[in-house]
Amino acid sequence: MSNRLLKKIVGETNEYERTPIPGASLKGGKSFLGMYAGEHTAGTEFVIGPLFVAHGVAAGDLVLGLLIGNLLAVLSWGLITGPIAASKRMTLYYQLERIAGKNLVRWYNLVNALMFCFLAGSMIAVSATAVGIPFDLEMPTLTDWLPRTPGWIVTVLVMGAVITLVAIQGYNQVSKFANIMSPWMILIFIAAAIVGLAQLGVGSFESLSTIAQEVIWNGVPLAGMSKFTIWHIIFFAWFCNMAMHIGMSDLTILRYAKSWTYGFYSFAGVFLGHFVAWIASGILYSVFLQVNTASQEFAPGAIAYQTLGIAGAICVVIAGWTTANPTIYRAGLALQGIFPKVPTWKITAIVGGITSLAACFPALVMKLLDFVALYGLLLMPMGAVIFADFYFSKKMGFQSEGALNSKSDFSVPALLSWVLTLVFCLGLNFFYGVEIFFLGLPGWFVAVAIFVVLSRMKYPLAKSLA
Amino acid sequence: MKNLLKIGSFLGLLLTIVPPITFFMGNSELSQMKWTMGIGMVLWFVTAPFWINKKREDGRPKTEEN
Repeated sequence: MSNRLLKKIVGETNEYERTPIPGASLKGGKSFLGMYAGEHTAGTEFVIGPLFVAHGVAAGDLVLGLLIGNLLAVLSWGLITGPIAASKRMTLYYQLERIAGKNLVRWYNLVNALMFCFLAGSMIAVSATAVGIPFDLEMPTLTDWLPRTPGWIVTVLVMGAVITLVAIQGYNQVSKFANIMSPWMILIFIAAAIVGLAQLGVGSFESLSTIAQEVIWNGVPLAGMSKFTIWHIIFFAWFCNMAMHIGMSDLTILRYAKSWTYGFYSFAGVFLGHFVAWIASGILYSVFLQVNTASQEFAPGAIAYQTLGIAGAICVVIAGWTTANPTIYRAGLALQGIFPKVPTWKITAIVGGITSLAACFPALVMKLLDFVALYGLLLMPMGAVIFADFYFSKKMGFQSEGALNSKSDFSVPALLSWVLTLVFCLGLNFFYGVEIFFLGLPGWFVAVAIFVVLSRMKYPLAKSLA
Repeated sequence: MKNLLKIGSFLGLLLTIVPPITFFMGNSELSQMKWTMGIGMVLWFVTAPFWINKKREDGRPKTEEN
């Protein structure tokens, strides 16, 4: 690894970091279509589909819930993120810095980095369930929070070390490799569905309907798992990428779009990854449960290997790796915003270490649905702040980009919007028992309302004109 | 050469998706299907990286970069 290479990587990643994208650098729709299609067929898909089965969702609820939830997600990208990205053409971080101030963005970066570490950790664990097959590794079960064997810890730490080294050396190569693997991985998911259905005895449309409702998604949760309804599916499909759409992370990507409508191109990703792939991986898990009756084992690698052989197991390794790797790198970049003087490779190495340690705990995989919901929820209020600043500043009579215009490094309205929204959501969960999957929607409105009210008090428009 | 690589990749994808279909229709065994899919995977791995992502935004090949 050379410093030159690192500079090249960081330099490319930070392109137009503090300036709007010039017209010549805008990209056509095809780039976004391909990017979204590849990005949402990832290692997480091997876990989420099976967890829906384990949570006892009914077949009709799953299909209808995914159709509605994914449509809402596409509309969120298209109508909320896309227009702001195309108008401002700035990264999320810089846009947030102008509104919330440098110091608050540092805290945002810290939370973001931690969430990235845990997400990458879960993907390392998913890969380990495939890598461990030839070593006859004892796999984790649905109720496991702690590692079962020293062998698991060693496998995960070795994988974590390799993935971290690769993350330090070449983000671009891994990103390109992920793009190359994408068409093959999508076909593996489709193949999984076809083979799984055959193994479950599907031979006609009637038998497909019967087996889907009575065998695969029979509406009965596995032991120790809560029951999921259509509402869980709708809200999970809508909000599993909450950080990206209403949380505005994808401002950084969509600022390159020639048209504000390119946010709608996310349909390619969500309907391939969050519909086809989730259904396919659910079918795979159902086959596993039929063969291994009453098994509590939950190992995506072993599940894919059983039905698809070596191609299935390698797909799990690659999907997990290609998700973990850029995530570790992004976590490193987020932390570098807080510690700008520490070299990127050192930060990435530290992040890789935290990620590898986190990956030792199977709870990250078993509780992935809750974790994904929490991740989006924690970052969402800042997206709501950007939305409110963009649409309501003039109408409601407060200065837009308050921190920038008042030359402040810290915006109290933005901070309180973030903290009070999370307190509100925690209260809904703690006192009224509202599950984490449903907190994002009321939370978003609360964040917008708090920001508008406090901004009118702190940064009134009349004061700035005087 | 590039066309040959593309044909290899296309064949790799075919060997990934056709065996599951023939298995579904009852025309092949599970073990045979798994091996064929494995071969398809190898074919995709050894051909696709050499032609996908090999062009710059303006259509010029990567080799013109430096």
